[in-house]
Amino acid sequence: MNAVAVFFYLFACVLVASAFMVIASKNPVHSVLYLILAFVNAAGLFVMMGAEFLAMILIVVYVGAVAVLFLFVVMMLDVDFAELKQGVLQYLPIGMVIGGIFLAEILLVVGTWAIAPATKGAITAPIPAGVTNTEAIGLVLYTKYVYFFQISGLILLVAMIGAIVLTLRHKERVKRQSIADQVARTPAMAMKVVKVKTGQGLGSNEISSKDAGSAA
Amino acid sequence: MNTITSINALQPIFPEIVLAVGAMALLMLSVFAGERSARFVNTLCILLLIGIGALIVWLPAGRATLFGGSFVIDDFARFLKLLTLAGSAGTLILSLDYLTKEKLQKAEYGVLVLLATLGMMVLISANDLIALYLGLELMSLPLYVIAASNRDNARSTEAGLKYFVLGALSSGMLLYGASLIYGFTGTVNFAGIAKVAQGGANLGLIFGIVFLFAGFCFKISAVPFHMWTPDVYEGAPTPVTAFFAAAPKVAGIAIFVRATIVAFPGVTHSWQQIVVFVAIASMALGAFAAIGQKNIKRLMAYSSIGHMGFALVGLAAGTAEGVQGVLVYMAIYVGMTLGTFACILAMRRDGVAVESISDLAGLSRTKPAMAFMFAMLLFSLAGVPPLAGFFGKFYVFLAAVNAGLFTLAVLGVLSSVVGAFYYLAIVKVMYFDQPAPAFQRMPALVGLMLAVFGTLNIVFFLYPSPLVGAATAAAKSLF
Repeated sequence: MNAVAVFFYLFACVLVASAFMVIASKNPVHSVLYLILAFVNAAGLFVMMGAEFLAMILIVVYVGAVAVLFLFVVMMLDVDFAELKQGVLQYLPIGMVIGGIFLAEILLVVGTWAIAPATKGAITAPIPAGVTNTEAIGLVLYTKYVYFFQISGLILLVAMIGAIVLTLRHKERVKRQSIADQVARTPAMAMKVVKVKTGQGLGSNEISSKDAGSAA
Repeated sequence: MNTITSINALQPIFPEIVLAVGAMALLMLSVFAGERSARFVNTLCILLLIGIGALIVWLPAGRATLFGGSFVIDDFARFLKLLTLAGSAGTLILSLDYLTKEKLQKAEYGVLVLLATLGMMVLISANDLIALYLGLELMSLPLYVIAASNRDNARSTEAGLKYFVLGALSSGMLLYGASLIYGFTGTVNFAGIAKVAQGGANLGLIFGIVFLFAGFCFKISAVPFHMWTPDVYEGAPTPVTAFFAAAPKVAGIAIFVRATIVAFPGVTHSWQQIVVFVAIASMALGAFAAIGQKNIKRLMAYSSIGHMGFALVGLAAGTAEGVQGVLVYMAIYVGMTLGTFACILAMRRDGVAVESISDLAGLSRTKPAMAFMFAMLLFSLAGVPPLAGFFGKFYVFLAAVNAGLFTLAVLGVLSSVVGAFYYLAIVKVMYFDQPAPAFQRMPALVGLMLAVFGTLNIVFFLYPSPLVGAATAAAKSLF
């Protein structure tokens, strides 16, 4: 057994095991951490296939951004997952039966499945020789595929507009920061010298007028 | 692959570029002009859509492809783009007064409709699987948002969420199908797929086609992927429902037709049975499930499911004549839908929009003109000659009979008879029931739309040749 095979089985086994733990672990935070482990192992598999760009993107985007976002959401929402899992045992038998039927169907289909011989000759976008795949993507992304790139950009714009339209609320009576007002403040506007008579303290009128002065 | 050397090389895609830039400019305008400019911005959106339509007519005819064959413009695309723009502009015109009255007037509404329309135009011109998917997503995402745009209303947010979750599921199925098709043919280009699949399909390709069709059926709400339609149509604000019923269906049918005719001509027998089944199931469900409905928006949802079934009858034929039937059907369907929703939007009593069928009782005595137009539109939806709706059904059934699909044609005619029952039930409520209190005066724009589409619907039989001729030319460009 050579080193490539050893690493393949290492990554593959850890990937499958951690993917299983994502759905099996009781604590949702552990689930997300197992998900990150699964992503990292998948990235390892990509590197072994020679797709180093996909591997790095998987780490940067999924591990770096998506999984961390998951963690935040899981921690902030405080979902009671134990409650969600109630009734799993009750539906387990029927779920297993349906799963078994699907599995049998898939096996039947895959058993008779033959990849068309014409397919190999028809592939129109082979990987160019002598170019790393990062370079290959860079060569076509903004030239040949500029149309797709621009439409993807518009889709992201729609997502932004949608998120803002559906969630932004202008609340009344919320004190907002006004940088222009803050910068324009002078000592004369902000401070007020009050003569306090001994034993009488500050009257409420003077305090409120001082507040008004600082707000402006 | 053609390289783009000058701006003139981009000429075929000018309408899309103008629409995209226009939508972003209007978004900026609305941000800087503040909330009070919303109605003004939405009016500009309507003008922009009309301008794009004029641009499409003005640009030279003929077939052209761009971006290595991802984008294609031909008579088929031109016909359906004009239809989509008419649907979008029409529903925006209908929505102006409603949104103001319901305090939902937001500039983002118009901008999102523009971006959805852009997605539909990309979808109609898509000539490979990647452009297809991107167009579909650009069309769908704004739809989810505007379905939930009445965000303080539980039913509207429920509609948006339901549509989003099920839409994401259908996108997943479509992508799975697309990846199978790519895997078994080695190309994403429709013409390339057709070349590989010439000798007949293997199992993997058929699996791919099935999943791809599942995604299409969801977008046009054909049975068995119609479950979302009644709830979303009922929950969304009424002008949004009108929009859902008109423009996205045109784009969905367009890509369904283009993908099947251009990419899978070699495997007609494989997809034909799926389309026949979907058509029969949609027509039957549209006819039977609508009978018990009390809410007119829900009824229109089932009606639209049925109509998509009728349109697919033409596609099932798989001939140029069938595609021509589909195009005529969709054009007439958009007209009827806009007219009908103009009537529904005029159902307003004491400042509150009502949407129950019993609210229409005795409309013939309180508002005779509106009742007459509404009755004619309902007769047309049922397919009663000599109204426009009859011609739509006539062309698709004729194509099905000529292609030898007799069972399909007979079942279609039978289900349209069943469907006539619930349309006529509304006419009966309007003309023979005890009058309910009168509706408010309808806004001028809604009245104008009702007059235009109601009249077109009635007088179509006098001069059908422009539409039929354009549809024939459009259908020919696919074969």
